[in-house]
Amino acid sequence: MLRVSSEPFNAGEELSAFERDAAGAGAVVSFTGLVRDHASSGDVKSLFLQAYSPMTERGIEEAITAATERWPLTALKVIHRVGEMAPGEAIVFVATASAHRRAAFEAADFLMDYLKTEAVFWKKEATETGEHWIDPRSEDYQDRARWA
Amino acid sequence: MAQILFFGRLMDVTGKAEETITLPDTVRDTSALRRWLDQDRGLQGALLEKTVRLAINNEIVADPHPVNDNDEIAFMPPVGGG
Repeated sequence: MLRVSSEPFNAGEELSAFERDAAGAGAVVSFTGLVRDHASSGDVKSLFLQAYSPMTERGIEEAITAATERWPLTALKVIHRVGEMAPGEAIVFVATASAHRRAAFEAADFLMDYLKTEAVFWKKEATETGEHWIDPRSEDYQDRARWA
Repeated sequence: MAQILFFGRLMDVTGKAEETITLPDTVRDTSALRRWLDQDRGLQGALLEKTVRLAINNEIVADPHPVNDNDEIAFMPPVGGG
């Protein structure tokens, strides 16, 4: 299940709802990415996320399909914000469920690596020194390469 | 008329998110489009960078790919969310 939206979301509530949907699973893993409050260029005032629909959604759906083919998941949820957001707000939420923990851990890790490096989004951080577009870090690409 | 979209940093470089243009007769593929638009707007190579990918009608393509006057053509710098 995928949701790309400009609406803020509450990761705790999303996790509770996911646990109800995933009833019967032995393992649930979730990851929440938050807008950081400090960057190398200073205190973060806001973060802007741009997407290109429907390419963005189609790419994430393909990554979700790849995850479900690779690991025996019983439930999966991806939420990604677009638009303007403030420090501390949730940008991304990934939850996976499976019979045992390893599949859920790995699938969530895999999906986050996809979202950080290949999902069709552009990020602009506004700090006290101005606005900066942010590319993935080399560590993000190295993390992604683990799944090749 | 082709619809041109500029994403991410290219939106700031070109000063606009989108524009509608009539492709010159000499621009028949993505490589020619990059060269023509970059020179026409004085962008000093911003559209020629290898990390900038092009999508035609929502599909990423490899240069040189044919372009037509009714296409939606997106210039996409490196992506990444999360």
